[in-house]
Amino acid sequence: MAGGVKKFVVGSFDDEAVLFPAVKNVRKAGYKIHDVYTPFPVHGLDHALGLRETSLHSAGFIYAITGTTTALSFMSWVFTKDWPLNIGGKPHFAIPAWIPITFELTVLFSAVGMVLTFCYLCQLSPFVKKHHFHERATDDLFVMVIECTEQTNEAELKSFLEKSGAKEINVQVAETGWWIGRYDREQVLYREEKGF
Amino acid sequence: MSLLKYESQQREPLVDGNKTYHQVTEDIISPIEMKPSKLWYIGFYISVGLLLFGAYSVYREVTYGIGQWNLNKTIGWGWDITNFVWWVGIGHAGTLISAILLLFRQGWRTGVNRAAEAMTIFAVMCAGQFPIWHMGRVWMAFFVLPYPNSRGPLWVNFNSPLLWDVFAISTYFTVSLLFWYSGLLPDLATVRDRAKTKLRKLLYGVASFGWTGSTKHWQRHESLSLVLAGLSTPLVLSVHTIVSFDFATSVVPGWHTTIFPPYFVAGAIFSGFAMVQTLLIVVRKVMGLQDYITLGHIEAMNKVIVLTGSIVGCAYLTELFIAWYGQNPYEWYAFSQNRANLFSPYGWSYWLMMFCNVVSPQLFWSRKLRRNITVTFFMSIVVNIGMWYERFVIIVTSIYRDFLPSSWSTYYSPTIWEIGFYLGTFGLFFTCFFLFAKYFPVIALAEIKSILKTSGENYKAKMTDIEKADSEKFYVEEVEHAH
Repeated sequence: MAGGVKKFVVGSFDDEAVLFPAVKNVRKAGYKIHDVYTPFPVHGLDHALGLRETSLHSAGFIYAITGTTTALSFMSWVFTKDWPLNIGGKPHFAIPAWIPITFELTVLFSAVGMVLTFCYLCQLSPFVKKHHFHERATDDLFVMVIECTEQTNEAELKSFLEKSGAKEINVQVAETGWWIGRYDREQVLYREEKGF
Repeated sequence: MSLLKYESQQREPLVDGNKTYHQVTEDIISPIEMKPSKLWYIGFYISVGLLLFGAYSVYREVTYGIGQWNLNKTIGWGWDITNFVWWVGIGHAGTLISAILLLFRQGWRTGVNRAAEAMTIFAVMCAGQFPIWHMGRVWMAFFVLPYPNSRGPLWVNFNSPLLWDVFAISTYFTVSLLFWYSGLLPDLATVRDRAKTKLRKLLYGVASFGWTGSTKHWQRHESLSLVLAGLSTPLVLSVHTIVSFDFATSVVPGWHTTIFPPYFVAGAIFSGFAMVQTLLIVVRKVMGLQDYITLGHIEAMNKVIVLTGSIVGCAYLTELFIAWYGQNPYEWYAFSQNRANLFSPYGWSYWLMMFCNVVSPQLFWSRKLRRNITVTFFMSIVVNIGMWYERFVIIVTSIYRDFLPSSWSTYYSPTIWEIGFYLGTFGLFFTCFFLFAKYFPVIALAEIKSILKTSGENYKAKMTDIEKADSEKFYVEEVEHAH
């Protein structure tokens, strides 16, 4: 494969209350967390990992105003320019009557656009094959994955994880590529975040 | 023990029993990993049978024309549009539960939202059948779409409420489907990761879009759900508002009222919750999900039923009062003679509606009855019948005596094919629901897990002790974790 292979130390936790301090300690110790896989959205974990806010909602807003302008401009063009139909002698440019359709298209564009963007950003689609580090990550385990570089002392890292409360620790090798995710890139280093 | 979020001890737990995360997965996923019971097969085949009967009824209608129904010049809208409005109304509860209650931070929605949303989608699918087949020349249904055509291009009439409906219903269906399915992805991934056979792994792998549970994905997922909820909230209110415009923007006495939009929306939520009750009371029993759909959930929904039922009752009375107060003889005739007069041809339907929708839900002021499953189940059926009659009353009693008294004599009752079409949509609805209950997690797994430690019975019990033992320490810990 193009990117070759990478080695990961995988530590699994069974309680989010243990996970939080562990995330903090691991980052404090200078390790870079590749990702944490959880069975449900753990609130605040993204901040603990130093991930930036998502701007998916901004995308949603842009799609929404696209919908609004599409609907309004299309209906105006049809009823004032292309085919001005006389409907009971009422005005051709009938904004109040167009509100419902304008609203519906606003919502439709925004929802469809956001879901597609979401799938694109998270690389979700019916036939993708991804590397799953632990099959219980969708059941009851919180799986912390740390990438090993040349400087990483594996044994030290493993014992460190064990001390932090990990229930299950192993080393995995995965082919690199988009399918293993790339969120470590946007992760700010702990010392940069704290300013020292 | 540290706490991530605290919930008042006054609230009853949303998840009963001694549950761990894994136990939650077990409870919700294992029913769909087993072979379906005999009862499931019986129910499924009955539904498919109804669906086939419906298909044959529709076949006759398409082949021989609308004359297969008992509609006539005076009564151009009968059972078909009644059923349409009824099904759309039922489709409102799912989005209300998943969107509006999400924005209101109602924890109890997590137990019921998945099934309610599925119900919404199936109900809207059923609703859509009626206007489509009512077109008569159904092969020209695509004429309602504004596409550049060879007839001019002659565009659709954007000023018409019937066209607004096309946009409203199709948008509602699409957005509900997206909302529902994006919520399903993580749960389908759970099913995939537990799958024992290759085929299951493949199918659920395809269905779950390769979900991994990455923190970043969850962050985006949360943002997506929140914005979709924000969009769906006005959407769900707009849909029935626009359906009510089909009537309210006309000049037919009985339809021409400004109260229609809020009155229709309240009625939709009312009937939708009744249908959710009907389905979930059966589902929780058959699939053994009493720990997740608790009496507390049923009570909460009954509270919504008594609230919206009373709003609907208030609207009925307002409508009647304004018809008299407005001094329009046609309007008053429609209300006093066509409807409220018990001895007029359709008077019985008006009073049946009044009884089912206004009088009977008042039972739920009593806490004991709200928490009684038999009463709730019975009431949910009564409400659904009542809400069907509401639409029937609005449609038929307003038009069967039109402005031309010579065409008054007709008494409209449906043909077997009209009834067959309606039964067919029941077949469609329940076929879909049976398949859903068999192949999809009927409870939002990830969402239940995210409230487990705040609202689970065993966790709440533990918290009470901590709170009592050292309230100061408890408070400090709470504040520490809240920020």
